[in-house]
Amino acid sequence: MGMKRVAVFATAATFAFTLAACGKEGTPTASGDSTASGAAPVSDTCQSSGATFTADSAAAVAGSATFDKIKSAGKVVVGVKFDQPNLGYKDTSGKRCGFDIEVAQYIASKLGVDPAKIEYKEIPSANRETAIKGGEIDYYVGTYSITDKRKADVAFAGPYFVAGQDLLVRKDESAITGKETLKGKKVCSATGSTPIQRVRDEKLTEPENIVEFKTYSECVSQLLDKKVDAVTTDDAILKGYAAQNSTDLKVVGKPFSTEKYGIGLPHDDKALRDYVNNQLEAAFKDGTWQKIYDGTLGKSGSPATPPAVERY
Amino acid sequence: MTEFLHVLTDHWSLFGKGFGNTVKLFLIAAVGSLLLGVLLGAFRVSPIPALRWFGATYVNIVRNTPLTLVFAFLVFAVPKLDVDFEYFTAAFVALTVYTAAFICEVVRAGVNTVPPGQAEAARALGLTFAQVLTQVVLPQALRSMVPPLMSVLIAMLKNTTVAAGFSVLEAGAIPAYMAEFGEPQFYVLLWIAIGFLVLITPLVLLQRFLERKLAVAR
Repeated sequence: MGMKRVAVFATAATFAFTLAACGKEGTPTASGDSTASGAAPVSDTCQSSGATFTADSAAAVAGSATFDKIKSAGKVVVGVKFDQPNLGYKDTSGKRCGFDIEVAQYIASKLGVDPAKIEYKEIPSANRETAIKGGEIDYYVGTYSITDKRKADVAFAGPYFVAGQDLLVRKDESAITGKETLKGKKVCSATGSTPIQRVRDEKLTEPENIVEFKTYSECVSQLLDKKVDAVTTDDAILKGYAAQNSTDLKVVGKPFSTEKYGIGLPHDDKALRDYVNNQLEAAFKDGTWQKIYDGTLGKSGSPATPPAVERY
Repeated sequence: MTEFLHVLTDHWSLFGKGFGNTVKLFLIAAVGSLLLGVLLGAFRVSPIPALRWFGATYVNIVRNTPLTLVFAFLVFAVPKLDVDFEYFTAAFVALTVYTAAFICEVVRAGVNTVPPGQAEAARALGLTFAQVLTQVVLPQALRSMVPPLMSVLIAMLKNTTVAAGFSVLEAGAIPAYMAEFGEPQFYVLLWIAIGFLVLITPLVLLQRFLERKLAVAR
């Protein structure tokens, strides 16, 4: 991944340089354009949506063990992803940003914790239930699909976002237009993840064409090197990559599943679940959610509206 | 306890496929690394300085490189040079290249246990270097090579799990699948540990058999 970064940066730098050179030779007015285009293709530095979250000092959740723990510790431990641009991302300077990160910050502020006091823990997908059950984290925000099976181990607030499985392809790809066109194509996703199991179960491509890596970044790297033809997972994640490298990648845009992202909470803390659901609904209504979305995932160009919270 | 058993019985095909690929990868990488390792070991004890230098350089570079890095190099860096590997081939090459360095050192250590008089006597009889090595020195060296050789092979069997991170569906990839099925990780990992114990048992038995077979009364 590191090498990829360097390569991408080198490409971006060359691109910017070429543009600048063109500007000088041709039209004298192009100098302003060149800086704008040079910065656009790849951005590795974190930018927040601009929404601000102030800690609600009067916050109280009666009967919630997790809340009591947070209150006495004066900080909150949140499980997140770190390698999903515009969703859950940590840039090279260590700053975190993205849609999920800001949702986590919003919830923290509503639990009376200043977002600066959040202790982030990077939890791989396979360890999420263990981390929540073991009390290693207070809650988890990171493309965590609500499923009945998981509900046996953890509780979900939300959904706060509805995604769907889609395909990320190279910009010049014309043969792949949807899930029916994957036969004979190499398809990559995270090891054992639901999207790749769906590809396998629905026989969308041959078993030998299924490629699995630990992270989506590795899949994207393989896609750019033409070792795979498509990367598949939730469109939210794919759009983050497409927005990051819009010169080489595009999202097909035909989702073929529904993934409801929830906030993972300790299984038996019903009081906290109800409280977080209320706060999410408030954010849906007062425009906070929209502001977060537009400033992060919305940059990919596709609009979205808040989902409805499902209480159970 | 029943849940513990169900983790395995509900997912026979996944465990079978995963461990099947682990065994497959181990067997071909074991053959590959034994061949390459013995060859490199022969280089290191050969009378030709250039070959000795090559063997030493290989060991010093490869033995001091993390296995994950060797994998990453083959899977992420090599495609940029327009060389195309299948992922399974890349895993085989990475494991072979890495393990051969250790086997080379085991071979060299084994050869060094054979008294120089043996090789000198063989040379005096007019045997070539290859004949001295394969017919006089190595058979005697094998005796002291068996325990460290088995340690290296057992380590390699476990090292195959690194391939899970590089698109080879083997035992190391099972936890990721099981997490997605929502199975308890503790039991899954316990079964994988048991699986490896079962796989390593034949190697341990082979070691004991070889040690007995090669033993001599001194």
